[in-house]
Amino acid sequence: MSSTVIITVVCLSLIAFLSAVILYFVAQKFKVFEDPRIDDVQAILPAANCGGCGFAGCRNLAEALVKAETFEGLTCPVGGAPVMDQVAKILGKEPPVIEPKVAVLRCNGSPEFRARTSIYEGVPDCRIAHNLFQGETDCSYGCFGLGDCVRACAFDAMYISTETGLPVISDEKCVSCGACVKACPRNLIELRKKAKKDRKIYVACSNCDKGGPARRACKVACIACLKCQKVCEFDAVKIENNLAYIDATKCTFCRKCVTECPTGSILEINFPPLKPKVEVQAETVNA
Amino acid sequence: MKTFPLGGVHPPENKLTAGSKIQKLDIPATVAIPVSQHIGAPATVSVNKGDSVKAGQVIATNKGFVSVNIHSSVSGKVNKVDTLIDTSGYKQTAVFIDTAGDEWLETIDRTDELKTEIKLSSEEIIKKCQESGIVGLGGATFPSHVKLTVPAGKKCDVLIINGVECEPYLTSDHRLMLEYGREVLAGISILMKALKVNRALIGIENNKSDAIENLETLAASFQGIEIWPLKVKYPQGAEKQLIKALTRREVPSGRLPLDVNAIVHNIGTAFAVYEAVQKNKPLFERVVTITGKSLARPGNYVVRIGTPVGKLIEAAGGLPENTGKIISGGPMMGKALINAEVPVVKGTSGIILVPEDEAGRMESQVCIRCAKCIAVCPMGLEPYLLMSISQKNMFERAEKERITDCMECGSCSYTCPAGRPLLDFIRLGKSTVIRMARERVVK
Repeated sequence: MSSTVIITVVCLSLIAFLSAVILYFVAQKFKVFEDPRIDDVQAILPAANCGGCGFAGCRNLAEALVKAETFEGLTCPVGGAPVMDQVAKILGKEPPVIEPKVAVLRCNGSPEFRARTSIYEGVPDCRIAHNLFQGETDCSYGCFGLGDCVRACAFDAMYISTETGLPVISDEKCVSCGACVKACPRNLIELRKKAKKDRKIYVACSNCDKGGPARRACKVACIACLKCQKVCEFDAVKIENNLAYIDATKCTFCRKCVTECPTGSILEINFPPLKPKVEVQAETVNA
Repeated sequence: MKTFPLGGVHPPENKLTAGSKIQKLDIPATVAIPVSQHIGAPATVSVNKGDSVKAGQVIATNKGFVSVNIHSSVSGKVNKVDTLIDTSGYKQTAVFIDTAGDEWLETIDRTDELKTEIKLSSEEIIKKCQESGIVGLGGATFPSHVKLTVPAGKKCDVLIINGVECEPYLTSDHRLMLEYGREVLAGISILMKALKVNRALIGIENNKSDAIENLETLAASFQGIEIWPLKVKYPQGAEKQLIKALTRREVPSGRLPLDVNAIVHNIGTAFAVYEAVQKNKPLFERVVTITGKSLARPGNYVVRIGTPVGKLIEAAGGLPENTGKIISGGPMMGKALINAEVPVVKGTSGIILVPEDEAGRMESQVCIRCAKCIAVCPMGLEPYLLMSISQKNMFERAEKERITDCMECGSCSYTCPAGRPLLDFIRLGKSTVIRMARERVVK
């Protein structure tokens, strides 16, 4: 009876020992070296796996960051400067200069400004609508409001306003991953440089038609009248294809173009109300 | 009786206008003629504001091989060259003409005399087709001269004529075969000469027995033309299905009918070719079915290209109050129009006014895995799968699943008991895959 127990114990121990030896050698033979820093970097990255950096997920970015000599072209738009600073510390490299960005919608065609000319009953998907027709209004460039961008946003930073029927972007939640930019079939969303107090000046229109048709389709359309370009002292306004564009890197927020725009297609956001010009002059005279 | 073997549906036929004679629609006061009415490069406008034009005069010239001339459909003055929304749903360049009288080019033979003797050679016929702006009138509007030009190394031994008209409601081809049978057959002989074939098969669905009878008696005096009645099944009018039904040849995936030595042309195209070659008359009018259950006087009209759809509706008794949608083309593959100002173009085979209670979409529910869409797909695809992978942006996978074989017949959406928008997403996937393939070629 006792011999059975002993034999069993010995046999099992032998098998265990042999397996351990085999496993050890196999592990040595097929060892894959992985830089331990990849795990460290990945731990710092936001783990959103949004793809905003251009890689499939955070792990792939971490691998690229560890392998790369400089951080050029490699950033995590979600984490921004704080995360990249930490990553730089781990890898002992110079932290990159990151300009925080935020998404803006280059269309302001709410029903108030853009009259409906037809009704769409199809699938609520912007890409399908874009393949089918120009839209429920007379503007063939503007927003459908069917929410492809909202569905693409992994950070809950967007919603479709029930009032305007257009997507609203939350400046606080937007991490500028660019998912909405890719999702929009009409290329209406742009990532713009973030400024102090979330101030923004941009042309909220993408209509490339000539002035007349554009204005007929939408009251706040850019009619490419060139006024903003003329008034801008900093060469920040470019007009191409019947459409004005304000370069965020050159714009100094002087707001001259905003007051000059006859259709109100240039939006100023988060600014205090402009003081009347006369008063400003009077103040300077008094001073 | 012959038919294609795989899939297909049988929607209610509703051929309300099968007994209405083709009438001439009054010439409208203004026409708007888009310069892009065909697949391929849009034509270049060759007239200016204020120019006087006659019916049949070229107003836009073809740009390249896959493109055709566009002709004025009325006589009068060019009012402007501007944009307007056409059947594509987008703004396109169009020539607006104010009508004055009805003067045709002197070269056009306006008599009804039948001419069957073909004086032109094969090459001359093909050239004439491009000059006269002939495109496939079944709805796809592919330039006919391109189809008639058999590339080196390929061979065509049979011409197939599509008289199927499998879409519900539409009857324009049916009426053409009944009333202009001789002209249609003469047109087919011209197409046969252009393709250098001596056999032509006309496929006609069995629900048009009067047309079959009529053509059978007339065909006795034409050589090599056979009439084949077909079992009624949608989408028999699709090129590949019709070839399979008539010749049992199967066009391989991603290939053209010419790869199985066949060419398909439509009845309407044959008639247009006859008029172009024998009467010197370019394609500037076509037969359009205007129909709808609540319409007072549905009928078949010869309509000048560029006539606003609204004029056609007026002639048929005015817009019924319960209209939900105006559809250009058949109810299965047609497209809802954005307004009634949209002009009739070369591809407009019919205008259908759908009552409100029939125009809505079914509420979309989850897929119940009944596989009915697979059973009805005439191309042997898996629509439920193509839809979900397109929805998830898996376009590489969609390409492997042969999404580009889909001809958008809509049988899957029609049959889906859960009301899923199958075709909507398949179309999205298909267009994306085609774009991806094109980008690959460019790279």
